[in-house]
Amino acid sequence: MTMKFRILKSMIKQGFVGMWRNRMMSLASIGSVTSALMILGMVLILILNINNVTNMTKEQFDEIHIYLKEDITDEQIDTIENEIQNYEGVLSVVFQSKEQALEIMKKRWGEESDLLNGLEENPFPRSYIIQLEDIKYADNVVSNLEGLSGIDKIKYFKDIVKRIISVSNVIKNGSLIVIGILMLISIFIISNTIKITVAARKKEINIMKYVGATNGYIRGPFIIEGILLGTIGSALAVILVDVAYQYIYKILNNRLYVFVTSYMVPSDDIFIDVVIIFMTIGIGIGILGSIISLRRFLRV
Amino acid sequence: MIIFKNIIKEYNNGVKALNNINLHIGKGEFVFVVGSSGAGKSTLIKLLLKEVEPTSGKLFFNKKDITKVKNRKVPIIRRKIGVVFQDFRLLPNKTVYENVAFAKEIIGASAKEIRRQVPIVLSMVGLSKKASSYPNQLSGGEKQRVSIARAIVNNPTVLIADEPTGNLDPDTAGDIMDLIMQINRRGTTVIMATHAKDIVDSMQRRVIALSKGKVVRDDQRGVYDHEV
Ligand SMILES: Nc1ncnc2c1ncn2[C@@H]1O[C@H](COP(=O)(O)OP(=O)(O)OP(=O)(O)O)[C@@H](O)[C@H]1O
Ligand SMILES: [Mg+2]
Repeated sequence: MTMKFRILKSMIKQGFVGMWRNRMMSLASIGSVTSALMILGMVLILILNINNVTNMTKEQFDEIHIYLKEDITDEQIDTIENEIQNYEGVLSVVFQSKEQALEIMKKRWGEESDLLNGLEENPFPRSYIIQLEDIKYADNVVSNLEGLSGIDKIKYFKDIVKRIISVSNVIKNGSLIVIGILMLISIFIISNTIKITVAARKKEINIMKYVGATNGYIRGPFIIEGILLGTIGSALAVILVDVAYQYIYKILNNRLYVFVTSYMVPSDDIFIDVVIIFMTIGIGIGILGSIISLRRFLRV
Repeated sequence: MIIFKNIIKEYNNGVKALNNINLHIGKGEFVFVVGSSGAGKSTLIKLLLKEVEPTSGKLFFNKKDITKVKNRKVPIIRRKIGVVFQDFRLLPNKTVYENVAFAKEIIGASAKEIRRQVPIVLSMVGLSKKASSYPNQLSGGEKQRVSIARAIVNNPTVLIADEPTGNLDPDTAGDIMDLIMQINRRGTTVIMATHAKDIVDSMQRRVIALSKGKVVRDDQRGVYDHEV
């Protein structure tokens, strides 16, 4: 135990020495890790906020709109209405006739509503607007509605939520590719940095091998150097991302864009998660970078 | 304790450095390995150090088959073998003391053990007074003493020396030989590859002569050249 600790202590010292000895490359490594993680941070925050907005706006979409088929009879319509009234969570059911739908459309079109006057037949279907007590009943009600005949289309908040999600997915995937590339670049730069330390200590490593140093003992300091580079890089990224986010939050709040900040996730809520994610990735990049350089340059 | 059985070593470039070597080296023996340049002396040593793998044949060390060992086990074998090279291979930024202590640190010795044993070996090789000098402040003979001290500080059972006197003048070489003999008298097996005819001839020890990768002579009280 004490022997392990002693060896670990000397490895950490050597890790620092190695990092200091080629400062320029170390800076480049740290910079690349920091920039990769900063972009990751921005994307992460963007996605978190989009999710937040989605969750909050959901509550404003506690309406379900169903459109009826053209060819159904009035009796069928009555049955549908009675059926819907019995569903759990339904607050009210309001019928909208073809004429009402046309009127609404005319109002919406305003100036251009004359175009609608030229229509020979009213193209708008009859529909029901169902108000729910709570959004949580929506899925159930919709699945019941799908079992009814005479219904042409069902529209509810999910469409909008889905659209937001699909937009955020595009952003997510696009930035994941960018982040992936940046991470590969970081790994490459770190492995080159460590390669330089390995070269500087080639003689020493050679002697260590002859005296019977284990692979772990020889590699330890280089792995630690990689971990140090990754850790410093991710710590910097955490600080920068946090400062930037708080700054934006403050500016928006000060300019009374409270309606924006009320949708934003407070930085304290995500700080710990960001630290954990960044550190894991940063250290991972560091270890990978050193393992790659060691595999190529440190054969027994 | 060391057995070479039908050992063949062919390098990747097709050079057959060793061709069917059969040898038995007993515990505590002193063996010279001689032969012209390229005969395969260093290759023989590298096989023992597990720096290269034999192409075929078997290699035993302390009754154990070490022909093929896992990378992880290689350090365990190397800790039982001390090595000395012609070019000393000291770390220039470490003092004499630190160069020797380094070999103990690597295997995880405690500070106490290091403080106790390093001065003992340094006095054995006659360098107590130079403990805090750096390699560039030492003569060739002194450097070789440091490298010998480093090789024996972990009490190896075998000391391997590849042309240890190659860079030294005859007088200094003689001193180094005395030191190596002294280590051998304490029970350490010594295998020494050399071109130094006068040393081999004066020692009257076992001589294994290699030529083109084959053992051409193995005399218990040998000389450098058989003929002449
Ligand atoms: N790593 C290697 N790759 C390819 N060929 C090698 C390698 N090492 C040695 N050889 C070849 O193997 C043969 C034996 O070399 P070795 O170093 O064992 O000779 P030696 O007896 O030690 O010579 P010297 O007295 O000059 O040190 C030589 O022909 C050499 O060129
Ligand atoms: Mg040689």
